[in-house]
Amino acid sequence: MAKNILCFLEQKEGNIKKSSLEVLSEALKIKAEKNSEVTAVVFGDSINFENILSIGLKELVHFKNKDLVLYSPSAYGKVLLDFITENKFDLILFSNTALGKDLAPKVSAKLNAGFLPDCIDLKFEGDDIIAVRPIYAGKALMTAKVNSDIKMFSLRPNVFPVNLPSEGSSINVKVVDVQNPDLSNKVVEFKQTSAKLDVAEADIIVSGGRGLKDPSNFKLVEELAEVLGGAVGASRAVVDAGWRSHSEQVGQTGKTVSPSLYIACGISGAIQHLAGMSSSKYIVAINKDKDAPIFNIADYGINGDVLEILPVLIEEIKKIKK
Amino acid sequence: MNIAVCINHVPDTAAKISIGPDSKGIQQQGVTYIINPYDEFAVEEALKWKEKLNAQVHVLSIGGDANKESIRKALAMGADEGYLLKYDGYLDSHSAAKILAEEIKNLNCELVFMGKQSIDYDNSITGQLTASILDYNCVTIVVDLKIDGNKITAEREVEGGREVVETILPAVITTQKGLNEPRYASLKGIMAAKKKVIQEKPVSTATPLVDLISLKTPAPKNPGKIIGSDVSAVPELVKLLKEEAKVI
Ligand SMILES: Cc1cc2nc3c(=O)[nH]c(=O)nc-3n(C[C@H](O)[C@H](O)[C@H](O)COP(=O)(O)OP(=O)(O)OC[C@H]3O[C@@H](n4cnc5c(N)ncnc54)[C@H](O)[C@@H]3O)c2cc1C
Ligand SMILES: Nc1ncnc2c1ncn2[C@@H]1O[C@H](COP(=O)(O)O)[C@@H](O)[C@H]1O
Repeated sequence: MAKNILCFLEQKEGNIKKSSLEVLSEALKIKAEKNSEVTAVVFGDSINFENILSIGLKELVHFKNKDLVLYSPSAYGKVLLDFITENKFDLILFSNTALGKDLAPKVSAKLNAGFLPDCIDLKFEGDDIIAVRPIYAGKALMTAKVNSDIKMFSLRPNVFPVNLPSEGSSINVKVVDVQNPDLSNKVVEFKQTSAKLDVAEADIIVSGGRGLKDPSNFKLVEELAEVLGGAVGASRAVVDAGWRSHSEQVGQTGKTVSPSLYIACGISGAIQHLAGMSSSKYIVAINKDKDAPIFNIADYGINGDVLEILPVLIEEIKKIKK
Repeated sequence: MNIAVCINHVPDTAAKISIGPDSKGIQQQGVTYIINPYDEFAVEEALKWKEKLNAQVHVLSIGGDANKESIRKALAMGADEGYLLKYDGYLDSHSAAKILAEEIKNLNCELVFMGKQSIDYDNSITGQLTASILDYNCVTIVVDLKIDGNKITAEREVEGGREVVETILPAVITTQKGLNEPRYASLKGIMAAKKKVIQEKPVSTATPLVDLISLKTPAPKNPGKIIGSDVSAVPELVKLLKEEAKVI
């Protein structure tokens, strides 16, 4: 059980994504406990492997082709499926990113392997791997296990710590040139919608709601996010009002996030909003209504006017960042 | 052409979730059920293409009798036929996908719309599983869709932007908010939907690939502290974030 682990890694602009390092860390943790072997695969053209060459992997496989820099569900799926069948992996881990969400279930259906997405914890009980995953947008937690011989899980980004051991000598990347990939389903272009960090990937999120009063006041939220190195989030009220794009919406019908720090500015804390962010490690609320439900889950609150508080908060943070 | 739309019937987003005595399901008292919000985008998109492609729209839902309410809603919006695939209790996604794939094949649907995610178990996998079983192409989390002949150009929402995807029919498309504005059913539509017969068919499953062990509610967060009521509280907040929480 879990003797032969495969980690699916993702790259962006040639760098291994942080969410993939989280997957590797979890696999290597299992390896230490269960004496497993860990293999990792990644698709792309030129990739920087520097920080994962001597962490105790059995094999690091690079499926290389310039047409595979951007995602292709058909090509990635076929190549990965063959690779899994040849190597008889019994545990396969993905990150629950937009790509992982698309690819992992397709592969699991072809393998007829059970798959549990968006896990926040994996632990062993005898031979079983018990997974915990938030459901009802975090209002409940499900404990479940996979029955098939091949077990597949995807891990929620930002939950599992990055902790890469330094172990063994540097391995050689096995480069496999992919010939004539099946590009019948292919991403032909990536359109960046915001130059900044996405809420789903950010470790710090500053979110704004209707309490900001006017879309132009979001510049305060943007500035605070910038000085903290975080991303901008939004409540649905301001997304529906057209102040912000849906890609920034946090909540049950937006993104579910678990950053280290979530700062809610002028957000009441409706149940649908809380659902998407209540698993954040630290929550700060700034709201002028002392009875706003957001204070029920906030670690720290300021019960005041967000338009007065944000400029001062930005200055104070700038001071300590110097 | 035949278009399938798969819809789920789920607790309202405002529902307070508490766990039932067997720890395998939720307490039903006081919980109202709605059509899964993402599936409304799926229905709307199907209706849009019904007009353009002169197609028939088939609405499929697996679940108990209660699901008929959501099926009727889709019929009232303008879908042609409704099918209830009867199954009570927890159903794992692989089993659901097998059932849906089978029906989609029977109905000869080349274009399938599903929501990007059910807001009950938040799996986000049924569309992809179904497409794989059918050997259909699949584009997930779609916010823009063009179909020209058998050629599909779709935009999907990903971290930091959108991916433009090209593929061909037959295909499963999973819908995300932003793709369209679901229409309201007209009175005429509602009346017509009441008269339509929803075809019912019991379905069964093989041994599930995953087992639900138990459900629980997360430990409640300890209420935090209100540090102050104006700008004078800001230095204290920054200090706590830096020294106590150690997050900045
Ligand atoms: C099906 C469905 C799905 C939904 N999905 C989501 C979702 O994914 N995400 C989401 O966020 N919502 C969602 N909602 C909407 C949700 O119910 C709320 O309406 C929404 O979250 C409210 O946004 P808000 O907090 O910005 O606005 P409001 O509730 O209007 O709150 C504004 C807050 O700002 C405070 N305020 C006002 N002025 C100031 C000031 N000067 N300084 C400080 N504070 C001030 C007020 O006290 C108030 O608490 C959904 C609703 C439904 C029905
Ligand atoms: N019981 C069901 N009956 C019909 N369609 C379903 C059912 N469950 C899920 N779906 C479809 O699959 C999509 C994704 O669901 P899920 O994978 O459960 O998050 C939903 O938005 C529906 O379109």
